[in-house]
Amino acid sequence: MNKALLGAALVASAMAFPLAASAYEPAGKVECLAPADPGGGWDFTCRSVGKTLEDLDLVPGNVQTINMPGASGGVAFAHVVSKRAGDEKVLVAASTATTTRLAQGQFPGMNADMVNWIGALGADYGIIAVAKDSPIKNLDDLLQALKDQPGSVTFAGGSSKGGWDHLKVLMLAKKAGVEGLERIKYLPFTGGGEAMTQVVGGHIGAFSGDISEAQGFMESGDLRVLAVLADERLPGELSDVPTAKEQGVDVTGANWRGFYMPADISDEAKQYWVDALDQLYASDEWQNVMKQNGLIPFDVQGDEFRQFVVDQIADIETLSKEVGIIQ
Amino acid sequence: METLGYLIDGFGVALAPHNLMFALLGAFLGTLIGALPGLGPANGVAILIPLAFSLGLRPETALIMLTSVYAGAMYGGRISSILLNIPGDEPAMMTCLDGYPMAQKGKAAEALAISAIASFIGSLIATIGLILLAPVLADFALTFGPAEYFALFMLAFATLGGITGKNPMKTVVAACLGLMISTMGIDSTGVQRYTFNMLELYEGVDFIIAIVGLFAISELLFFIEERAGKGRKTIAVSKLKLSWADIRHVLPSSLRGGVLGFIAGVLPGAGASLGSFISYTLEKKIVGKKGHFGDGDPRGVAAPEAGNNGASSGALVPMLTLGVPGSGTTAVLLALLISMNITPGPLMFTQNADIVWGVIAALLIGNFLLLLLNIPLVGIFVRLLSVPPMYLLPVVTLVAFVGIYSISNSTFDLYFMVAFGVAGYLLRKLEIPLVPIILGLLLGPEMEKNLRHTLDISNGDWSALWDSGLAMGLWIVALVGLVLPYIVGPILRRRMRAAAETEASDRQ
Repeated sequence: MNKALLGAALVASAMAFPLAASAYEPAGKVECLAPADPGGGWDFTCRSVGKTLEDLDLVPGNVQTINMPGASGGVAFAHVVSKRAGDEKVLVAASTATTTRLAQGQFPGMNADMVNWIGALGADYGIIAVAKDSPIKNLDDLLQALKDQPGSVTFAGGSSKGGWDHLKVLMLAKKAGVEGLERIKYLPFTGGGEAMTQVVGGHIGAFSGDISEAQGFMESGDLRVLAVLADERLPGELSDVPTAKEQGVDVTGANWRGFYMPADISDEAKQYWVDALDQLYASDEWQNVMKQNGLIPFDVQGDEFRQFVVDQIADIETLSKEVGIIQ
Repeated sequence: METLGYLIDGFGVALAPHNLMFALLGAFLGTLIGALPGLGPANGVAILIPLAFSLGLRPETALIMLTSVYAGAMYGGRISSILLNIPGDEPAMMTCLDGYPMAQKGKAAEALAISAIASFIGSLIATIGLILLAPVLADFALTFGPAEYFALFMLAFATLGGITGKNPMKTVVAACLGLMISTMGIDSTGVQRYTFNMLELYEGVDFIIAIVGLFAISELLFFIEERAGKGRKTIAVSKLKLSWADIRHVLPSSLRGGVLGFIAGVLPGAGASLGSFISYTLEKKIVGKKGHFGDGDPRGVAAPEAGNNGASSGALVPMLTLGVPGSGTTAVLLALLISMNITPGPLMFTQNADIVWGVIAALLIGNFLLLLLNIPLVGIFVRLLSVPPMYLLPVVTLVAFVGIYSISNSTFDLYFMVAFGVAGYLLRKLEIPLVPIILGLLLGPEMEKNLRHTLDISNGDWSALWDSGLAMGLWIVALVGLVLPYIVGPILRRRMRAAAETEASDRQ
């Protein structure tokens, strides 16, 4: 029975890919699933990557972006797991929001092993910021205030409670030795922009978000960035911003943007896409896209990326348990 | 003049050929929908939202098209008022009073032309008002914290019934229904509410689906019920004889109407009906015995038309700056913005400046387009009034299904839309208004978020909700808005009806 099925599958795959030697190439249209409405980060990932892939002739046909919103990526994840296994012509946009949901069990009955993680193409580093006239002058002031009284500073961010913006605050506080992490106040907003307006307007103490969101208010001087959660200082105009690491708190938080694919795809196809994203990343066109959109170098592909995803999920799970976000 | 620079950039967006084309399309479709008796601007925009999605339009193009539909529907509403004595929507009611007598005297063409010019002037005044007021209000919105926003949303609900609303209690019921539906999905702390473990329900109910179902699909069901297969008879419109003196004669009325309408539009909830009503009554007072209002006075056509068009642009001010819609139609437009990941409010003026100013510039341009469409081409609309709905509604349904499917590529959403359509049909049978439901759905999550945030910041102290002077002021206005319709509403409605009746009997 199993042999018969295997045989049928072999025949089918041989028919579907008459040229399937080692050189796999996707015939016809490629789909890029953006698990959200048009206009958000995942939609941007699909559209910009799709266009660059076409411009560089890394795919023979064209790349069509399909929006599949729902459950913060859960609907698309479930669709790929249950209906797309073996489909070698579909990429799905993902980010730290995807790993956070997976870690906290918010895609019921599903886990990271059910899909193929292909690679990341850039990242947006986390920041902690305050309004320009805030009494908090640096990261140390902030963490000291939290140590004395965890509820004394309220944070605003663009993700839900327990989401990535909240976790960044918790990671910093935990590393700095703050006791009573669950008492730190975090207010979720619909987006980073809305959260920042409340901080700049003086209604809420501090902002947790990504650096690309904050650039407008940083340039106008309304927002003081206390720390960026990167290993080293960022390039260009952002080099003035100190890292958390150099202020003695070794925490990094990169909101990466990348892709996964369905399970059961051939090794050749997987290798093809890993290589395609590698070439895309190295191109001037993509470097330009990253620069224009505030993305910062973050290049992890293939097996290394899978390991990165697995580790990140484990870290987030541990942290979420510690602060009582999940049981 | 920072505003001027933004506005010039806005013209750059609005004058792009494809945006101009969609503005024209929107203006045309809007006038058509407005002209059909019973289909008001809110329905018009709701029915055409799926078109924006099925065409895969960019946010600014979609918004430009739909604001043109909105403005067009306000223009179109007058056509059936004047020719058939049936208002296309409530704001067009006052236009019947002098418009229909003019048509009976064989001056239908003049009445249509005068109302088009008055609509143009009203919209122009209000758009200028919008340009001046919106940036100021957007800056002011920075002073709004969670407590102030919560009070503002309460204000929006309280004034929703509006002074002209029929049954305030049913409005409250409808708003509560909307709020209840809005609690579905995962809340901000990760708790699932009414999701029944279905992934499709994790993010709650998509209001675009709700809007299209409630408005467009229920319209189809009504049509099936009424079997209104026959079209209306074509109405002959004589050749236009309009002199410059005629236009100058109605100019002061139009200007006054436009200003009054704009003010009525900016107030949340009051809206276009009030705008046209007070413009008409004031005009009658000012002109006094010299006029022959109710018997085909051109000024009685100009004033309410300028008023309702002024109010429709005015209603965009609170929607764009605070994210609180000033009327039913702007609530539908707000839903469109949110579904395109654009958060209205102070930040939109900086982060999405191209969209905001593109839309404002498009309003100005659309206004000229509408004037052009409505004076020489009015004959086409008159003829289209006689197209039987049996051809029109299947097209609407087709667009609705394609549009909704193209948003999320999910058949689940189509079932959901049909379910909302059936619900909408039942609610309309019960005379429960649909707009408050949409508003509840839209504002529910925001209200909940702001309430939670206020209480989080104050450590659970409820008095924080009215701690600041601004919040206190908003609560008081909300309270007045809630109580006033019970006192003033019946009187005002009686007067409106009485005015219509006495003038009708005067003619006989």
